[in-house]
Parts: sequence; C-alpha cells; structure tokens
Amino acid sequence: MQKKKQYSVNQSADADKRRGRQGHVIVIEDRCKGCGFCIANCPRQVLSFSSVFNAKGYHLPKAVDAAKCVNCHFCEILCPDFAIYSVALSDIND
Amino acid sequence: MFAKAVLTGTHFINGDQACCEGALAAGCRFFAGYPITPATEIAESISRRLAELGGIYIQMEDEIASMAAILGASWGGVKSMTSTSGPGFSLMMENIGLGICTETPCVICNVQRAGPSTGLPTLVAQGDMMQARWGSHGHYEIIALSPASPQEMFDFTIRAFNLSEQFRIPVIILADEVIGHMNERVVIPSEEEIEIIDRRKPTVSREDYLPYKADADGIAPMANCGDGYRIHITGLTHDERGYPAMDAKAQDNMVKRLVGKIRNNREKIISTKTLFLDDAEVIVVAYGISARSAMQAVRDTRKDGIKAGLIKLETIWPFPEELIRSIAPQARALIMPEINGGQMVLELERAACGACPVTLVSNYGGAIIHPDLIHAAIDKAAKGKA
Amino acid sequence: MTTQKNITPHPMDSLLRTERIPHIWCPGCGIGTVFGAVLAAIKNTGWDPNQIAMVSGIGCTGRMAGYIKLDSFHTTHGRAIPFATGLKLARPDTKVIVVSGDGDLFAIGGNHFIHAARRNMDITVICVNNLNYGMTGGQQAPSTPLGAKTTTTVNGSPEEPFNFCYLASACGASYVARWTAMQVRSLRSSITEAMQKRGFTFVEVITPCPSSFGRRNRMGSALEMLKFYHGRSVIRGDIDPKDASMDIDKEIVVGKFVDIERPTFMDHYENANRHQIPNWRMHPDNQKAR
Repeated sequence: MQKKKQYSVNQSADADKRRGRQGHVIVIEDRCKGCGFCIANCPRQVLSFSSVFNAKGYHLPKAVDAAKCVNCHFCEILCPDFAIYSVALSDIND
Repeated sequence: MFAKAVLTGTHFINGDQACCEGALAAGCRFFAGYPITPATEIAESISRRLAELGGIYIQMEDEIASMAAILGASWGGVKSMTSTSGPGFSLMMENIGLGICTETPCVICNVQRAGPSTGLPTLVAQGDMMQARWGSHGHYEIIALSPASPQEMFDFTIRAFNLSEQFRIPVIILADEVIGHMNERVVIPSEEEIEIIDRRKPTVSREDYLPYKADADGIAPMANCGDGYRIHITGLTHDERGYPAMDAKAQDNMVKRLVGKIRNNREKIISTKTLFLDDAEVIVVAYGISARSAMQAVRDTRKDGIKAGLIKLETIWPFPEELIRSIAPQARALIMPEINGGQMVLELERAACGACPVTLVSNYGGAIIHPDLIHAAIDKAAKGKA
Repeated sequence: MTTQKNITPHPMDSLLRTERIPHIWCPGCGIGTVFGAVLAAIKNTGWDPNQIAMVSGIGCTGRMAGYIKLDSFHTTHGRAIPFATGLKLARPDTKVIVVSGDGDLFAIGGNHFIHAARRNMDITVICVNNLNYGMTGGQQAPSTPLGAKTTTTVNGSPEEPFNFCYLASACGASYVARWTAMQVRSLRSSITEAMQKRGFTFVEVITPCPSSFGRRNRMGSALEMLKFYHGRSVIRGDIDPKDASMDIDKEIVVGKFVDIERPTFMDHYENANRHQIPNWRMHPDNQKAR
C-alpha cells in the first residue's frame, strides 16, 4: 500500500508544480500619508509599517513578506492616495 | 423643413418677444429659466421657438438652477440665456459670480419691476441698476445694456450675446416692465446682415494650452468641454492653468485681469446715442423707458428755444464716464430721470466731478416718469435754478 | 518592494493631474478611495476620456474635480447638478459625472437633486457621505446621525438624518446603490454600472472623516473608522430602499437597491416635440461641430 502523502492545510495537491501569481509592490513615497489601510487589509499580510518616513513625516508601508504577494491589487484599490500598487512579478523580471 | 431662426421682416411684438427673437438670431439654442412677471413671455416665446429649432428649453426648479444650467450649457459650447426679474435676479447672484470668475459667455435678461422684495410684480421700475454692477460678492466688472424699445430689445440681445462671447463674461440686459410689455414695430433684418461673434478658440495643442492665459487684449481663448483639452474650471481663485491658487499674488493676478479685460476695452463696449448734444446747455442723461420720456421732453424744450440735449445710455456698465467728464464743464446742468431712488445718478455725479449741478427726476417705481416732469426740470435748469 | 517610479507608473496616473498629487485630503480620508473607484470605473467603460466630464460642488469631495485629468468643473455650493444638467443637454454625447459630498448634494443642493432625479437627467451622481461638513471643520449635515457630536451640535445632533438612497429612489432615480469605502470592488462595479446606465444614477459611499467627524465622536483612527463602517454594513441588494437603513448605531445596509428602466428627460423632450422635429439629432444646428 502506498504511503499517504502528507498535505499541508494551505497547499493544493499540486502545489509543488504550480507557480501561482506573484506580485511586486511599489510605493510612491511622497504620496503616502501613512494611513495604514493597505497594511491592515492585505489578505496575505505582505505589508507592515517601515521605519522609513517620507518628507512629510509619514511612515511608509513596506513588503516584509514580499514572496507572499499574489498581485491581488487590494492595497492599490484601497489606497486613498494612489501611493501603492502592485505589478506582476513576471512583468518586472522580463 | 425646419423653422427659421431669423424671422426677417417687420413685426408688431412686445419687448419680451423681441428679446427672444434676438437671442435666436444671435445663435442661442439653450434656455433655462423660471417664470416671473414681467419676464415670463421671454420664456414662453423661447420655449415654443427652441422646440422648432432643435434647441432645448428647460424650466428649472428655481433661478439659481437656471443660472447654473446656462453656465453648464455654455461650457458645452452652446450659446445660452436666461431671463428673470428682481427677485430671481437676486437669487442668480452667486452663480453670476461663478460665470464672471470662470469667464463663461452667457446672457441674463432682467426685466425690472418695482422692489424691494416682491414689490409690484406687474409695474415698472429701474431699481436693479446698481445690483447689476455689484450684486455678486467680491470685486469685478460687468457689462450691462439698457434697451429703450422692443426694437432695441431685439438689437441689444444680439449685441449682448456678441459681447459675452467676445469678452467671455455674462452680459446682463437691464430691461424694464414697460419695454418688456409694450408692443411696437420691430424690424428683423436678413440673416446675412446680422453680425455674430463667437468665442475665440485655442490654436495650440492640448499640451500647450492654458485655459486662462490671456491674449494681449486680456481675453483667453476658450476650449469647450469635449474639445479634447481636458480643462479644469473652478470658481476658486486660479492661475493660468485653471488650478486653484490660494494666495494674494494669485488673487491680484486674476482679478486684475478680469477687471482689466473690461475696463481696458471699454471703448469697444460703451455705446451711447446723443441728441442735440453739440450746443446743449442742459443735458439729460437717461436710459431705458426713462430715455423715451426724456426724448419727448428734450424735443419739446428745444421747440421752446431751450438748448436741451440728450445722452441715451445704451450700455449702462461700463458707465461712459469719459463722455460725461468731457461734456459736464460745458453744461449748465445735468439731469437724470430714473425710476428708482437715485442709482445711476450717483455715477453721473461722480463722473461730472462737480463741474455742474446734477438733478435727479425720479419716483420709486410703479409708473414711468412723465415727460412733463423732465420738461419742468429742464426749464428750471435753463433758468439757472437747477 | 521598490520606491522607484520608473518601472511602471501608477495605473491611474493617466487620469490624474499628477502635478497636483499628493492631494489635500487628510490621511485616511475615504474620498481618495472613492476617487480611485471612479477612475477605475471610467477605465472599465472603455470610453474616450475626452467625452467624459466631471462636475463637483464645494467641500472636500468637491476638490476631486481638480485632480482628475478630464474636462472638470468645480462649481458653486450645491449647484453641481444643475450645472451638469446644462452641460449634458448641450453635449448629449458627453458622459457627465457629478461627484460631491452629502451636504453639498442634499442640504443646499437638495432641491436640485430631487428635480434632476425626477426628470431622470442622464447623469451619474456619486455622493461621498462622511456624515458631516468636513471642509469647514465638521459641522452637522443632513447625514449626521441623531446624537452625534459636531462643532454645531456639541451636545449631540437633535435631528434625524436622511436616508439618501430612499430619497433618490423616491424621486425617480433609475439606479441606486450604497457601499462603504472598504468595499472597493463592489463600489467599482456599482459605479461602472451607474455610469453605463441611462438616466439618473446614484451611488452613495459611506466614508471615514477621521479629522472631523471621527475625532469628535471618538471613533479612533481612520483605519478603525473604515473597519467600523464595514463592520456595521450588511449587504442586502434588491430590497425596498425605504428599508435600506443608514444607521451607524444599528446597521448600514449596502448593495444595489434600484436598477430600473425609465425614459430620460431628452427621451420625453424629443417625443414631445416630434411633430416639429421628427428626429432631434438631425436638426442642422445639432449637426454642427461645436
């Protein structure tokens, strides 16, 4: 009898074969007003406040877990300041 | 197949109807208004006529909306107009200011009635003269015309549209209830004989266009909504780009240009008619229906041997102060008949600079000034008892 | 993560007057989010941007017109809708969007709102509802909840607010929807639908005003307000608008409430005058390039 493969809860059966979407977050420094909407609402908890602040004194978000970004654009569409957006990682690497 | 905009021929119509025909001849194809005595007939006439000319008449919920709508239509590239009387004119003031600040061509016809407040809705007055000049808040210049007959209602409405397009400013026609409701002969010329002026359009590309960068004469070319220029227009004090500019320097730049646009071009705007002025000793300065009374009085006193003369104001604003300043020293007296407590007479006194006495012949509204009253004032002045 | 701009610009930059960004709205103000949704909806429609115009009134939301790279008109307080009416009737092929605040649209602008809805003027009206007059420092508005503190109601507002969606529906709007600022994807869809639909279409967005309303009513940070409104919201599409209550103490009903077909003002105008001009658009004066 074959040994049953152990699956992790958050992985699909073919997770080792699939690459999945990957995104890259870009922050426009001087537009950000540090409201924290993107950080709190990223579904993959990619972002958190950085220690860096911009010229107006606002702390910017930064991707602390960049590999988890799936380019869902939620930070981009929630941001009131047009200060953050994501692009497909493949578009950058090309 | 389609109705004609210019009803060439001789008509017997009232001033309100003549104003409607003048507007259509000038190219007006949008009217937003609200009924008010004694201007209602303008709305009624134009609602019927626009329906047959492919234009749009919309009766807005109030005069504030009417004024806002004609500004919007003008930015949409259509010549637009509204009409009203005193109470509606008061309501329109804020948006007239918006039109002045954004430099929006449009025409407002105020067929004046007695005020203040509801006043005498069906009876004549000339009590909104200063309001036309200063009724909106802030400092600005305005153009206002004063027709004295249904024929002039036709002619001056065309002129009002032309001035509004040329100078990018709301132009006010200050008619009065008698001129609006009297029936007289109106001759409408052929379409080719009517001069139409359209707003100056930009000649540069979108990237180079600045909505409020004026040419040498102080007037900026106007791109309409939908022309591809992606303009931003605001009632806030703004710079050449049209963007809000919130400081004293920007205010100085903008208001100076708005004021200068009219003041520096006043010889092109001011229009007067004179009668017997060359040797006149007693000069009557009058406008609107009072100019009709004055004309009668001046003719009668001339027959009596008095050297009376008349200056009929066709443009009320800007006021022809240079003309007054030049003739006041030669005159024994200046007389102004007007149906209010003394409004344009203040301008007359100011321009005369004390060179001669200035007499007001007036009533507060409800009736025209009888020529006999003006005749008596001329007599008195001629005898040196002004 | 990178902070360089030279990779690709922000997707909305082509519709923004980028020389004026960052905009004036406070950190965490919901207006920017609604603005992003409006821009996304414009892109969704695929229309020529030169045939779209925005008209706004006075107030924080009114400033939106100054940031959008389209023909835009920042008019007087409460009068965006009649201005938009004139603009639309003069240029029927231009899509006219009115964006304004709760006070501008429903207090001073209330009369114009109800008549434009009644006429079914073909415009889209987006109301950013932050429950007060923000620009002037946070005074009571027709949206202010009963008992809420504002600078002119320090002991709590003694007035019950409007239900704007109910009002819009009662006046004849052909499309009515409400969302909170958190629900951006639904908001984008609704605004897209509203823009593409003929007639008077209305979308209300409940947004945080952290500097004025939030501060005076001790609602915490902008993020906490955003979560609060979202938390209070319950999605119920297709219910009677009178039941679509807007009550921050109980529930904020969100969703699409009205989506009907109705002739517009121009439909009726052309019909009424068809004996004189059988086909309105065929009149020579309506054929001329303006």
